[in-house]
Amino acid sequence: MNHLPQAWGRPRDDVYGAYDASHLQTSGPQQHTQSPIVTGTSVVAVKFKDGVVIAADNLASYGSLARFTDVKRLRKFNSQVVVGFGGDVSDMQYLDRLLSSLDIRENYSTTETPLNAKNLHTYLSKVMYKRRSDFNPLWNHILVAGLEHENKPFLASVDLLGTTFSSPTLATGFGAHLAQPILRRVVPDEATVESVSREQAVALVKECMKVLFYRDARSLDKYSIAVVTKDGIDLKEDEKLESQSWAFAEGIRGYGTQVN
Amino acid sequence: MASVFSGAPPQGGPGYSFSQTRIATSSGIREHSFYPYTDNGGSTLGVSGADFTILAGDTRSTSGYNINTRYAPKLFKIGGEGPDGTGARIVLSVVGFAADGDALKERLDTIVKMYKYQHGKPMSVAACAQRLSHILYNKRFFPYYVHAILGGLDEEGRGALYSYDPVGSYEREQCRAAGAAASLIMPFLDNQVNFKNQYIPGSGVGHALEQRVPEPLPRKDVEELVKDAFTSAVERHIEVGDGLQMMIITKEGIQETFSELKKD
Amino acid sequence: MPGFDFSNHNRNAALHAQGVPLPKATSTGTTIVGCIFDGGVVIAADTRATSGPIVADKNCEKLHYIAPQIWCAGAGTAADTEFTTAIISSNLELHALSTGRKPRVVTCMTMLKQHLFRYQGHIGAYLVVAGVDPTGAHLFTVHAHGSTDKLPYVTMGSGSLAAMSVFETQWKSKLSREDAIKLAADAIQAGIFNDLGSGSNVDVCVITEEKTTLMRNYITPNVREQKQRNYRFKRGTTAVLNEKVITREEISKYVTVQELDDQSVVGTAEKMDVDA
Repeated sequence: MNHLPQAWGRPRDDVYGAYDASHLQTSGPQQHTQSPIVTGTSVVAVKFKDGVVIAADNLASYGSLARFTDVKRLRKFNSQVVVGFGGDVSDMQYLDRLLSSLDIRENYSTTETPLNAKNLHTYLSKVMYKRRSDFNPLWNHILVAGLEHENKPFLASVDLLGTTFSSPTLATGFGAHLAQPILRRVVPDEATVESVSREQAVALVKECMKVLFYRDARSLDKYSIAVVTKDGIDLKEDEKLESQSWAFAEGIRGYGTQVN
Repeated sequence: MASVFSGAPPQGGPGYSFSQTRIATSSGIREHSFYPYTDNGGSTLGVSGADFTILAGDTRSTSGYNINTRYAPKLFKIGGEGPDGTGARIVLSVVGFAADGDALKERLDTIVKMYKYQHGKPMSVAACAQRLSHILYNKRFFPYYVHAILGGLDEEGRGALYSYDPVGSYEREQCRAAGAAASLIMPFLDNQVNFKNQYIPGSGVGHALEQRVPEPLPRKDVEELVKDAFTSAVERHIEVGDGLQMMIITKEGIQETFSELKKD
Repeated sequence: MPGFDFSNHNRNAALHAQGVPLPKATSTGTTIVGCIFDGGVVIAADTRATSGPIVADKNCEKLHYIAPQIWCAGAGTAADTEFTTAIISSNLELHALSTGRKPRVVTCMTMLKQHLFRYQGHIGAYLVVAGVDPTGAHLFTVHAHGSTDKLPYVTMGSGSLAAMSVFETQWKSKLSREDAIKLAADAIQAGIFNDLGSGSNVDVCVITEEKTTLMRNYITPNVREQKQRNYRFKRGTTAVLNEKVITREEISKYVTVQELDDQSVVGTAEKMDVDA
């Protein structure tokens, strides 16, 4: 017994830890998304001399459950831009609807030039930053691939905080750790982009998707890949990984002292 | 009676032998609600001279141990004509949370451009500096998580440099370093620009020794100091590197330079 | 009493409860790798040690000696990798002396995992163990909690994913010695340039049946840039508030003084009297 009557008969904090109040209702009626539920993993993309290649697998995970295996996470916009979504799938579908309504509005308007990738990225970053500032974030990490003025390749990213950045190679989620080093070896800077062909870029992105399938437990061997050039978008939505190598597996016996 | 309760607020959990028992939950990792900030690393600095101001920043953007990109500018022209800010005479540098930095840059840029549109003359640096302070303080309770430095030339054509804290406290200074490596760079600048801890050899004994008097440095010297400050910061801070962007404001306009930094 | 001293535990727990933060240990926020090849095994490491975002050591050694033909690459808390490898090295030497045989890599790995498991992860040592013994070339990883893995190529540390991306794209079975060294060095460089916790140089250690070759600073892709200005101050720039001169005669009462000529002052180590 100590000298504080308030403490008598209660579980001692120094023994049991402070009372966990997290199950008590702490806020008012309005609740926002505080964590993602059904999620998509990495999106990878790389610029090449005439455009951009972007890819994402077709899996939507529910925690560790591979819940939906044919979710398309690359979205075309007005035949000039491709948007790749990582993170929450329902927020992705909300953004998809937002982009559809934007596209319709643009089609009815009298402006001559359609929105390019740069314009769309600016739009999305404003949406994302506004939502984070309202403490009601859209739980996504987005890559925008396409062309800007004078048909220059454009690739940029925006995340749930509204942080934006651009680079000749980009990857979200697990891909930021695993795919980005592979991409940067081939395309280290903006100057190198000029010397990368479409075929090289596609092969590079496919290689990344393979390594991600090897090492990302929330990934799938079915994926979507899109190539954006001034001639339009070439989007394939049910590609399968090819030429996987499991050569390392032969000869592995146990994890320590086991020999046979 | 009050003294009995003072040590242990009844709703906050009892205090035992320690004065600072944490209120509500203490130990353990728990997923807490959405946190609207992040730190994108990097560092900036500014130095003002007799008839110029130099601002500089590295171009690395980080999140955790990852490099987002090796080229994300932290220096922005404010005012001028069109999206490229042609003819601008003011530069803003922001370091900290990049999304807030971009939002802040765009707000200030719009205001300065609107000022010229409405008044038919460009905004003075002093006015722009005070306006920036107001923008920051306006968000006192949901701040822009950035350390801003504003540079330009004052009414007399002298170099002007203003530095800010995230909620709008500001001051005109000779030099300032901000961001991740500020604590590494600032002492160097104090010593090399304001000659702090430097005395005139042979000018006296003990307390009679005279401080070396700071005078405005020539542009070439400042450019060299800036480069050396960054090559040193790169050596010892993991979030600084990749590229060095510099903007030099003179009465002729803004000259922009870029040089490579180490990429490890 | 053998083992660690826990006498400050209660005091530290009390301080921690008051909000006093734990002291920050130097961590080797690291990229380390290992790879088996035809006739041996190679391990490699970067050389950056960090304390939070600050680089504590630009050229530290993360390849630790265990036995002549067994070496360890360490990630995690610097002191833990240092002392854990040292104690296992000592015990393995005694073991080798008592059995009269060359130490085996599995023995080393088992001693490490049992040591680390006993401390339930509180010893933050993450190791890549490699070596050649009479049973062949071996490569293991040992985690701080005591789990182990046995694979033909392994990576660890904060740069492990960057390094693994290199192995997963370029590894093939039955590598030659040269190809394995190249692959390991490339994997470390992927860590150096993509992971902020890793940096500076590449250290490599190649172990074959015949011999061990430690290649310290095998690649140095991050040499410090030349400064633009000269930072030598004029003599007398620093204020001297008071001065006390101790003569050589006075000081030689306490220590042995040896004269050095001016030219050789740079880089001369202090000489110590040794018992005859």
